[in-house]
Amino acid sequence: MRAWFFLVVLLVFFEIWAEVADNTSFVGSVYNAQSIAVFAVAPLLLALGSTFVIIASGIDLSIGFIMGLSAVVAAHAVNIAGLWLPPFAAMLVGIVSGIAVTVIPGTVNGLLISRLKVPPFIGTLGMFGVCRGVAFLIAGGTTVPVSNAWFASLGNDRILGFPIVVLLTVAFLAVMHYLLSQTRFGQHTYAIGANEQAAIRAGIDVNRHKERLYLLSACCAGIGGVLYAARFTAGAAQAGEPLLLDSIAAVVIGGASLFGGSGTVLGTLAGALVIAVIQYGLVFINVEPFWQFVAVGVVIIISVLVDQTQRRLGDR
Amino acid sequence: MNAAPDSPILEVRGVAKRFGGVQALRDVSMVLHPGEVVALAGDNGAGKSTLIKTISGVYRADDGEIRFAGERVDFASPEAARGAGIETIYQDLALADNLSIGANIFLGREPMRKLFGFLPALDRPTMAAAAKETMGRLDFHVDRLDAPVGRFSGGQRQAVAIGRAIYWNARVLIMDEPTAALGVPEQRKVIALIRTLKAQGQGIIFISHNLSDIFAVADRIVVLIRGQLAGERRIAETNPDEIVRLMVGG
Repeated sequence: MRAWFFLVVLLVFFEIWAEVADNTSFVGSVYNAQSIAVFAVAPLLLALGSTFVIIASGIDLSIGFIMGLSAVVAAHAVNIAGLWLPPFAAMLVGIVSGIAVTVIPGTVNGLLISRLKVPPFIGTLGMFGVCRGVAFLIAGGTTVPVSNAWFASLGNDRILGFPIVVLLTVAFLAVMHYLLSQTRFGQHTYAIGANEQAAIRAGIDVNRHKERLYLLSACCAGIGGVLYAARFTAGAAQAGEPLLLDSIAAVVIGGASLFGGSGTVLGTLAGALVIAVIQYGLVFINVEPFWQFVAVGVVIIISVLVDQTQRRLGDR
Repeated sequence: MNAAPDSPILEVRGVAKRFGGVQALRDVSMVLHPGEVVALAGDNGAGKSTLIKTISGVYRADDGEIRFAGERVDFASPEAARGAGIETIYQDLALADNLSIGANIFLGREPMRKLFGFLPALDRPTMAAAAKETMGRLDFHVDRLDAPVGRFSGGQRQAVAIGRAIYWNARVLIMDEPTAALGVPEQRKVIALIRTLKAQGQGIIFISHNLSDIFAVADRIVVLIRGQLAGERRIAETNPDEIVRLMVGG
């Protein structure tokens, strides 16, 4: 709720600015809407996985470089498969490979945290380094250009005015919303975040659940990596580097508590849109880009303060 | 000794439990009838916790036997004991504070329904209805069935934990210090709750340090000292001074 309110405030602010300063409309522009939506795709995909992990009072720091790893692997796979297969099939091979490779870091994260009891912060920080190194090694220290018309079209074309990457992300968002709000998996995610002992006593296999959570988080990053490679027709190891903090910020602005137990997919959507609107809007009104960091940081702090105040009042 | 005319739901006969060289329980026996409240008293380290954990499947007795509903049982795990109908409610209650009463009752075994005829989804209406009915049985009426249980008071949360147990047909309820963390009005509510359960034929063992609670609601009191039975009294035939003497071994 709070994040949607922030979003409206921001849109009103930029709208007034655009009307007064440039005599144009911010909200009314289809181009702006498309740009913000495309802008929000990658951090949102990372944030969707993190929403689950954070609700279960974990954290996954490795997603940024898992995304990079996935982008690099997808780019290579499209190119290599393209040597033997028709372009469409090569694209499919790339998509599958990019997502499949994330099963490795996702599974290792899950096993470290559930079976070996490594704190999530440490375990996924280690995986952050591993994936970073491996992604650059596979990429040969540079970006991997892709030449495949289907893949480029996936990343850049529109259907009825809606960018394909945005449509795919919205569909995925719907699935994740269903998973969190309507299934046992989602319910147990909340329970583990609130009271792990209670979940164990209720007969929930908490270890297996955590393994699945980190696998899910990695796969979300994998989808983000594939769509990145498609959009830029290149795989880059550093593709997701700046997105880790943005995605966690989106989850927190969206109403999740880093202590676990709360958060929603729709809140995370709003959080991701808030960040995208700030970043795009500040460029739009010609503010130096470095202010984006300041603005996003301020919004994170405000949203946590509002959250804490609400909790205090609610507890009374 | 026949506190109730019917046969006991739970019998503990000559149970012993050792941890390494420590004899935690030695030849402890007790019985519990349906509709009876037995208080378990004793100083720290007297073996109260070990005894209830042996009954509820956390530990296995080294010697002696436990009979439940007339049959000898040897539970391998707390889940097995719970499956048979022996539910233990620990002080921490084991509730997920962010979930509703219904979601807590069904945690780990949620009912599902079909959305649009094909999509499986949590059956929240069923969970809410079960929550309402169960809490009604306990005379705890909550108006907001969708509110997370973290919003409720300590006594209400205790009721939710008990409600979860009785919903799944627990026949023996073991409560570990159910009034310890509560204010006086809430303590009274929980005592009233135990009376309601008793009237419904539930067998209840409750551990308490609070003699006034024990005398308010128990039928019998079993006192342990250093892992052994120090004595057993019917509440009607004893007084707090005698119980304290038994507890300190005087």
